Amino acid sequence: MSDYNFAYLDEQTKRMIRRAILKGLAVPGYQVPFASREMPMPYGWGTGGVQVSAATLTPEDTLKVIDQGADDTTNAVSIRKFFENTAGVATTEETEKASVIQTRHRIPEAELSEDQILVYQVPIPEPLRFLEPRETETRKMHALQEYGLMHVKLYEDISQHGAIATSYAYPVKVAGRYVTDPSPIPKFDNPKMNMAAIQLFGAGREQRIYAVPPYTEVVSLDFEDFPFEASKADHPCDLCAAEDSYLDEVILDDAGNRMFVCSDTDYCRSRRDAGHMGRLSEEAA
Amino acid sequence: MTPLLQVKNLAKMYGARIGCTDVSFDLYPGEVMGIVGESGSGKSTLLNSMAGHLTPDRGEVIFDTRADGPVDTVTMSEPARRMLGRTDWAFVHQHARDGLRMSVSAGGNIGERLMAVGDRNYGNIRARAADWLGRVEIAESRIDDRPSAFSGGMQQRLQIARNLVTGPRLVFMDEPTGGLDVSVQARLLDLLRNLVREMGLSAIIVTHDLAVVRLLADRLMVMKDGRVVETGLTDQVLDDPQHAYTQLLVSSVLQV
Amino acid sequence: MIELQNVSKSFTLHNQGGAVIPVMEGASLGVAPGECIGLTGASGAGKSTLMRVIYGNYLAASGRVMVGGVDVAKAAPRDILALRRETLGYVSQFLRVVPRVPTLDVVAEPLLAVGVAPDAARDRAATLLAGLNIPERLWQLSPTTFSGGEQQRVNIARGFAHSYPAMLLDEPTASLDAQNRATVLRLIEEAKARGAAIIGIFHDEAAREQVCDRCVDVSAFTPKVAA
Repeated sequence: MSDYNFAYLDEQTKRMIRRAILKGLAVPGYQVPFASREMPMPYGWGTGGVQVSAATLTPEDTLKVIDQGADDTTNAVSIRKFFENTAGVATTEETEKASVIQTRHRIPEAELSEDQILVYQVPIPEPLRFLEPRETETRKMHALQEYGLMHVKLYEDISQHGAIATSYAYPVKVAGRYVTDPSPIPKFDNPKMNMAAIQLFGAGREQRIYAVPPYTEVVSLDFEDFPFEASKADHPCDLCAAEDSYLDEVILDDAGNRMFVCSDTDYCRSRRDAGHMGRLSEEAA
Repeated sequence: MTPLLQVKNLAKMYGARIGCTDVSFDLYPGEVMGIVGESGSGKSTLLNSMAGHLTPDRGEVIFDTRADGPVDTVTMSEPARRMLGRTDWAFVHQHARDGLRMSVSAGGNIGERLMAVGDRNYGNIRARAADWLGRVEIAESRIDDRPSAFSGGMQQRLQIARNLVTGPRLVFMDEPTGGLDVSVQARLLDLLRNLVREMGLSAIIVTHDLAVVRLLADRLMVMKDGRVVETGLTDQVLDDPQHAYTQLLVSSVLQV
Repeated sequence: MIELQNVSKSFTLHNQGGAVIPVMEGASLGVAPGECIGLTGASGAGKSTLMRVIYGNYLAASGRVMVGGVDVAKAAPRDILALRRETLGYVSQFLRVVPRVPTLDVVAEPLLAVGVAPDAARDRAATLLAGLNIPERLWQLSPTTFSGGEQQRVNIARGFAHSYPAMLLDEPTASLDAQNRATVLRLIEEAKARGAAIIGIFHDEAAREQVCDRCVDVSAFTPKVAA
């Protein structure tokens, strides 16, 4: 144990953040302002998610941290270590064993359960920012449900690319009310947002928290004649042969050889442990 | 016939200074009214107070809504007023950049109002945008270009298309031809006249250009120091002005 | 159809010390359907002023100006506009149009305003323009670039496009050649025959003799210069 207060933040701050979280859960998709604290890491490294996790964690929790699906990247390792040091909570890389999962830009492939909490790191919480820079105006647009502008963005996509080219941070409507930024997850993950776990979103620099309660309807915006499609690379995983997981493309050499692997490292590992073999399994192993 | 718009004793103050005061008039369907006066006469203040961009201090702006008949738009809820601003009302700004989204393509600019009122069919939105580009004489091939690539006159025509696509019944225009070349002005005037006739639009046009109101407006309201000094048929007010200020205004126009 | 009772008109020049210039008083006259009246009197006697008062272009100071049941001296702008659209035509000496609009559309416009289908309106416009010898190659051009005589004929074609029950004609035959003059006089005869009440100013005495049923000398309405 360390000399830090549990999970770094003082109790007053955690209470303030919990109030914001509860309000967010009460008004699904609504961006609740909160007094974001300086954290011992730069903005853009997950300060919002870390504060939400800190306010959510209890000593009995088991924490998993992923960055783009991986447990072993710098960002994920750093945040996991941070909470090991400041909260002394157990950590894991296995999705099923975690009670709190902090994520940057992915939703785990394994289906989450009612006793889990998924904490997203959010860079820009305002989905309307791209088209309307004035915060006073976007708040009014949310209040009055004036969401035509969001479709203008999708219209622009189709007119320029022939299809909705937005592939991540694809806007959703939560509980039929607020248009919400799902954080930069691939749109492949959007349908998974209709889940049993609690979803909390923290944006540190922008000082906003929002939430999606369990079993809340989350709909991806689209046009009648250009319906939403949860796309992924048209390949099986080269390591575990999964057909249903989101894949990263990895360039192997200067000759243009490449491989596709699950972005969710835990999912891929557990499949390989169960004996699934991909195209490049031997060489990779 | 019910007036489309009834303005009653409208006043807007800037502190102790008068923006506009004691303005009352009725506007009937299909009528085009011009508001003229020099800079600072209160004509833009009046226009913005009527259109809901400014909150008037006194008075009523009663609009004959499709659903509920005449309703005072000053006291109606903000969502309802903003909805009116996207459907039955249109506002054409003097500077096109105030009325356009410069980072969005021409088609997206026109389509925005359609999407705002719930159109979710891309093909339909695009077809209507293309149709409106044609009606304001912009080549359909420019549909995916941004307005920043357009000339001033084209931007102004695009702004008009963007405003009229939802078939509004009342259009507010603030110096719609200001800052344009005379040749471009003439084209725009002709376009506006035809649209007004074809769509049966009512319009309120603020301008200091008497030639513009002579060609566009049926009726004229002359303002000075925030007050209306003379109203009447456009050609009667211009050819037989009764008020001292109007006489001065008319006699001050340079002859070409 | 047109009935004036004791109409007076004066101009107040606020910017010249508030000088009041009376130009007309006690003007009364009536025109029945199918009748054409010629206004006579010296230049400056107030012929055009009287016409402008009837058209609502000048505001009458007092009296009644009844046209088709509407008192132009008191009617609301929109009633006067409706009157001008449906009932009262005016061929002035000057053509005033939006630049850039093709001649054919300029002439067809009064018909479009009363709801005639665009094709039918343009057909009628073409017939009138052809009758007044405006070459077809000019129809798609704006009349603003035309010669004075051509502009006047375009103006006449426009004035006669819609069959107004009442018409005001200000020098319709001035500076026309014999052939066009005859066409204009025939248009006036036709309008009378269908029952239009017409008030005209003709300096051309022969024309006046031919179409006018009687003449009214507006000098009678000129205020006696007392002061």
